[in-house]
Amino acid sequence: MEDFLYFFSFQDSSIAFIVLGITILGIGSAYVGTFSFLDNKALLGDAISHSVLPGICLGFLLAGEKNPLYIVGGAIISGSAATFLTSWLKSNTKLSEDSIIATVLSTFFGFGIVLLTVIQKTGNPEMAGLNQFIFGNAIGILEEDLWVYGGLSLIIILSLSLLMKEFSLLVFNQEFGRAIGYPMDFIRLVFNILMILSVVIGIQAIGVVLMAALLITPGAAARFWTDRLSTLLILAGLFAVISGITGTYISFVLPKMPTGPWVVVCLSFLALISFLFAPKKGILFRYISRRKYLRKTHRDHVLKSLFKATEEGKKGLNKNELLSLYPHHKKETLGSISYLLKHNQLNNIQGLIELSESGKTEAKRIVRLHRLWESYLNEYMNIAPDHVHDSAEKLEHLITPELEELLDNRLRYPKLDPHQENIPRDHDDI
Amino acid sequence: MMTFDQNAFLIISTASMIAISCGLLGVFMMLRKMSMTGDAISHAVLPGIVIGYFISGSQRGVEVIIGAGLLGILATLIIDFLRKKAKVQLDASIGITFTLLFAIGIILINLLAYKVDLDQECVLYGEIAYLPIDLWITNSGFSMGPRITWLALLNLLLVGSFIFLLFKELKLTSFDEGFGMVMGIPAGAINLALMSMVSYTTVSSFDAVGAILVVALLVVPPATAFLWTKDIKSLIKLTIGIGIGISVLGYYLAFLADSSIAGMMVTVGGAVFLISAVLTSKKFKFRLGTQSNQEAFNS
Repeated sequence: MEDFLYFFSFQDSSIAFIVLGITILGIGSAYVGTFSFLDNKALLGDAISHSVLPGICLGFLLAGEKNPLYIVGGAIISGSAATFLTSWLKSNTKLSEDSIIATVLSTFFGFGIVLLTVIQKTGNPEMAGLNQFIFGNAIGILEEDLWVYGGLSLIIILSLSLLMKEFSLLVFNQEFGRAIGYPMDFIRLVFNILMILSVVIGIQAIGVVLMAALLITPGAAARFWTDRLSTLLILAGLFAVISGITGTYISFVLPKMPTGPWVVVCLSFLALISFLFAPKKGILFRYISRRKYLRKTHRDHVLKSLFKATEEGKKGLNKNELLSLYPHHKKETLGSISYLLKHNQLNNIQGLIELSESGKTEAKRIVRLHRLWESYLNEYMNIAPDHVHDSAEKLEHLITPELEELLDNRLRYPKLDPHQENIPRDHDDI
Repeated sequence: MMTFDQNAFLIISTASMIAISCGLLGVFMMLRKMSMTGDAISHAVLPGIVIGYFISGSQRGVEVIIGAGLLGILATLIIDFLRKKAKVQLDASIGITFTLLFAIGIILINLLAYKVDLDQECVLYGEIAYLPIDLWITNSGFSMGPRITWLALLNLLLVGSFIFLLFKELKLTSFDEGFGMVMGIPAGAINLALMSMVSYTTVSSFDAVGAILVVALLVVPPATAFLWTKDIKSLIKLTIGIGIGISVLGYYLAFLADSSIAGMMVTVGGAVFLISAVLTSKKFKFRLGTQSNQEAFNS
């Protein structure tokens, strides 16, 4: 608890600095990552983040120390080489995109490890700092380095915000952008550079292997909550910042813990919540709305059976007759009956279940839609009358009043369907 | 220097066996467009390894292999779940799954550091150079030779017989899953079996070449071979050849540069891949005029 207060009251200026740095950095990577997620290129970020390792090692070898300028420079060069190679291979070989990304990623990383072992053998005492690029350590970032990285993150955020329109064109409809005269290849180049920059900065905190999470997960999670680009970007940034600060806090309390893994676990947790509980797109929500829909269709079927019974001259059906119509759906049928009774669409008169007035109207509507659709299929698609029932069984729940009007008009308000059954109208008496 | 060196022979042959096992599986992963899933599995087995290690108390326990195998399957299931149930696009589901599992692995290593003698670097890079001193000693104290070589041999035999026995099924489901289903081949089961073989191979090789370089061996030789041929049998033969070639070259280059052998193998593999890509690329062929008329017509 003391640690918690100490950390979050920011009385230690270096902690305040680091939290600020993590915030900017998280927003930057989430921002870039969301765009590449929307571009269906989520794993390109993974490829880039593994590929910067040789560049970092080369920068280290050249500078002889952990000079941020050399390291960022080296990383940018090898990251660009990997990006260029990926697109060159894509247009010049027959390999599929995932093979290309996996190949580029693992080869660059392998080469990076060769360089890393070479550095290890030189016995340079600063070597220890290099390991932190692999797993990330936000607490270990030096204050003077923070200026460089924070500045670069700000540049990323600013340029993405200023060129928002161009990048949305790139992501959503490149061809359209080209047609109206935007230099799409140049925009992609700028975007790739921003992506490489954000990877280079991000790996300070989260490490080479896990950097992909900081790019992919916030965007993927936020996508569940909204369809608007601006909200999406803000949410993704928020997820990244929350996780970044949590991860930093944990590696502050447990100094041996690298920051990266905790950031990733926290991000994935937020993503899991989004996948499960987000309205409209979440698994739970979709499950519930599917159940609702299935119940509704079953109720429609019960109403329809009762309507057919009245057509045959009965007043209604008793419970057992209704249950025997749907042999494997006892629970659903009972549920439908009690729902319809409660909503006054059915009347239970001494065990005989009958349609009420409002129930009749509803039942007529469903049967009408069913038979109209059958007629339409028969007349306009030339489908034989004995083949139209199944399709109508599905469409009767979906046809809107507007569509019904259109069908009716097209069929010139028919009286009979292809099976010579009456198409019931609202004013008809049954 | 070129006299017969027993250690060099052991290392090269072990590396070749690992490269061949990975390459054989990699061919099918590539044909199924699942190279990145292989990448994800090799990261995702980490928590399984750590937990297995924790339970058995040694790196050699069966628990380690079982743990890793289970995690590999779990990873494929999570990817499938995210893709089908949560409707996340495939590449993003792969990215989310493997980073999460890898992160959990690293956290477990750090939490159990006092109990588990595994360090993160070893998991990532492995070191095949220590192979000759890591001996398999039987209970009676008799030395059977390097442990990893035996593991690699066992792995190669299992992978080899897996591919040999299920060749028809693997081929069919790789090219046309629907047709395979019609023929009565359980595509889902075949897929899971392939994934389990990949996770088993990853574990069995990880202390020699490390988790990430396993991916390179899974992906790079088949991709290189695919640039040259389309026929599946020659694809497999070429993959095996490339696997052996990069093991030999990688070993001697690493010896010269005094660096990680596994890393150098991958670097050599990458170089071979790049050269092949340039030689077989459309533009290059066009410039040299080596395209046959038929090919020129098609492109």
